[in-house]
Amino acid sequence: MTTGLGATMVRAGRRLLSSLPALFGVLVFTFLLMRVLPGDPAVFFASGPNAGKEEIELIRKQMGLDKSVPEQLVFYLSDIGHGNLGRSMMTGQPVLKDLRERLPASLELTFTALLIALIAAVPLGVIAALRPGSAVDHGVRLFCALGVCVPTFVSGLLLIYVFYYLLGLAPDPTGRIDVFTSLPPQRTGFLSIDFLLAGDVEGWWAACKQLILPAVSMALFVIAPLARITRASMLVSLGSDFVRTARSVGLSWRKVVVTYALRNAILPVITIAGIVFSTMLGANVLVEKVFSWPGVASYALDALLSSDYAPVQGFVLLMASLFVLVNLVVDICYGIADPRVSIE
Amino acid sequence: MSEDLLRIEDLHVAFSTRRGMVEAVRGVSLNVGAGEMLGLVGESGSGKSVTGFATTRLLDAAGRVTGGKILFRGQDVTKLRGDDLRHLQGAAMSMIFQNPRAALNPIRAIGLQIADAILTHKRISKDAARAEALELLRAVQIRDPEARMSAYPHELSGGMCQRVMIAIAISCNPALLIADEPTTGLDVTTQKVVMDLLADIAAARGMAAILITHDLGLAARYCRRIAVMERGRIVEEASPGTLFSTPQHAYTRRLVAASPTATSRIEDLVTEEERERYAAVVSKPRPAPAHGTPPLLEVRKLAKRFDQGAAAVADFSMTMAGGESVGLVGESGSGKSTTSRMICRLIDPSDGDIVFDGQSIGHIASRDFHRSPLRKDIQMVFQDPNESLNPRFTAFDCIAHPLMRLEGMRAGDALRQRVEECAERVGLPLDLLPRFPHQLSGGQKARVGIARAIACRPRLLVLDEPTAALDVSVQAVVLQLLDRLRRQNDIALLFVSHDLNVVRMLCDRTIVLRNGGIVEQGESRALFDNPKTDYTRRLVEAIPHIDTGKALAAAL
Repeated sequence: MTTGLGATMVRAGRRLLSSLPALFGVLVFTFLLMRVLPGDPAVFFASGPNAGKEEIELIRKQMGLDKSVPEQLVFYLSDIGHGNLGRSMMTGQPVLKDLRERLPASLELTFTALLIALIAAVPLGVIAALRPGSAVDHGVRLFCALGVCVPTFVSGLLLIYVFYYLLGLAPDPTGRIDVFTSLPPQRTGFLSIDFLLAGDVEGWWAACKQLILPAVSMALFVIAPLARITRASMLVSLGSDFVRTARSVGLSWRKVVVTYALRNAILPVITIAGIVFSTMLGANVLVEKVFSWPGVASYALDALLSSDYAPVQGFVLLMASLFVLVNLVVDICYGIADPRVSIE
Repeated sequence: MSEDLLRIEDLHVAFSTRRGMVEAVRGVSLNVGAGEMLGLVGESGSGKSVTGFATTRLLDAAGRVTGGKILFRGQDVTKLRGDDLRHLQGAAMSMIFQNPRAALNPIRAIGLQIADAILTHKRISKDAARAEALELLRAVQIRDPEARMSAYPHELSGGMCQRVMIAIAISCNPALLIADEPTTGLDVTTQKVVMDLLADIAAARGMAAILITHDLGLAARYCRRIAVMERGRIVEEASPGTLFSTPQHAYTRRLVAASPTATSRIEDLVTEEERERYAAVVSKPRPAPAHGTPPLLEVRKLAKRFDQGAAAVADFSMTMAGGESVGLVGESGSGKSTTSRMICRLIDPSDGDIVFDGQSIGHIASRDFHRSPLRKDIQMVFQDPNESLNPRFTAFDCIAHPLMRLEGMRAGDALRQRVEECAERVGLPLDLLPRFPHQLSGGQKARVGIARAIACRPRLLVLDEPTAALDVSVQAVVLQLLDRLRRQNDIALLFVSHDLNVVRMLCDRTIVLRNGGIVEQGESRALFDNPKTDYTRRLVEAIPHIDTGKALAAAL
């Protein structure tokens, strides 16, 4: 077991190293893309529509935009090397600080959504696989189809309409916490956890209530791929020879389905969950917008619309790094769950 | 006969398929006494496995018992439900499956898997179950059982996995053990060891057993009574001696004839009625090659090392004359397939040279060899007729493909003529040519594979276990076909196989490989009758013999 784990770590380390060139590529590509996109940040950030030529030139000079693109790239890369992602023109703060403030919000939302999605999808997939072709199977398929074809902002708005407007169960859908609650001391950045650490149950409940609607509308969208994969791999697993062996010695139904079939079937779900997580983190800008969630995706979108280069570049770099990291975690989880992987 | 442990009465099993209900078992009646080992023999599709699965209640969802009774200790198994059924499975009867590696949970340590089975039927602590599991691993003679407890199936060989499977099956001392092709796919030597173990354990614990197999020789070796199944029915039931000396049913006669034995010749593989057509070809003596003819193939000190570990093949040298047939035998991992692929120029040797017809071809990279004019002279027939045919190509396309690629033929009448000629030579009915592989039977697919290989009139045909996936009666026909092609067209055959009986019949010379090196070689019959090394002797002794009947038949 220890050798297997060691091999997994070595493999993970190698994977991390081999992803560095890709990260660099992403960096350069985003930089160039921003330069190619139309829009002049100097004009945008000048004091007003009637700003004079000199003022714009001055801003341009301040931002280093008067230099050639290769020169700018070199400056940019050396800044990155020093851990400086630049300054946002929108917020006037260093991008690193902005991202650090906003990333926990996005992560908390995405983790919660993924958790909800997994808790819903795996049992749904298993139930569907246990009775393929039955009414339950078709019901699950319909539910998945609906989840995928309704855009997240529509389902988000529907949820707000029902639970906030009609039933009044959910709080005002703006932000992570209502303005009157005092924030707990920041430790993890995840409000729900920070409140618990501070022993503030009321605050924790308030944060959870704020979290639940956006998380559910995000989860609805990704239940489908997870449930479908679970169903497919569960079907394979249930039809496999080792499940037949388990049945042949009379193991209990629970043991056959959970220990033998599901544990094998869950392996591909781990991989898919990693991909889904990376996608959700960046792509759910719509949910962040609908619920005024102060996450990184909406921050990047605002920056993009106002031709604010640094935050967008920082955001893409962050996403790429997270993607690598998530894949790494998936790899390690997979290595622990499946003893065959450590063998090349 | 009232104390039969298992009595099957007029069993019918049907499967619902897209084309409606298909009856797999139609009226099987059997009985097994306590402690008895019954052989259930038949070819694929005969319903022997389905009978086994119906008995242990493991039919898949599409299968249903539509009639008859399965009485186990007087209780009808087909009517059991819930806890009674679970008590039956494992505790009263258990099953051993064909593919041991797939039959074990790949991500659960084998010790736990055995303990799972124990804990299902006994109310004991987990530690006690672990101790019992360890004891079982000892009983099935697994070396270093303490360490193996935490091993996963992929870390064990096929034979080891089958032992673990046996340990699971006997964990709760069932009264009846059903072994479904327990040794198919294992090496002959492993096969013997595993079967001996299984027989010993069953005898020592007084378990009755049903051995389901396609191999008459295997059943004859271990069972006192054999039931022969054909198309869902039992056609004959007798002791092995009677079965081989005086088979009653026409199907049994054909099956007995087709089973290769230590003494059978290739022309013996069909019953006498079918023999004449073939005899005409065989009787024609082959002209001896003129003295001083250079060998067709000369292999010098061939070696292959893969990325890590020891050499797969080392220092392999051989020569072959035109029209000669040479067998390459050995256990799995002995390097026989690697060697054959190097000679075919499908993989590159690490060292050594291959000379074909006076030209050195060992140094042409395998990825470029398809451009060599010699490509069409060396062709290959692969092991699995299902996997080696492109599922989107019709039989015609399969055979035409090498003609178009290697001889530059264009679609048209000439091509059609050549393809049809090839099909005729391998005995493939012409109306099957437009069919896709999934519409052909195993034997027909094997013929397509051979027709494809001989389409460009090669001078050397390399065959990698070409009959391993076929039923014996189909194998008999394919072997005769190969022998006829060799005699008629002077094609040299390099025959890779683990089935020594087949090699003995088909090949003039045999080379025995072990761990990538040649252990022994010589004229086939002499080599098998008088093996010089222990390794070869073990290989030869491991083959199940059914010579009792043959000897009788010869004496008559």
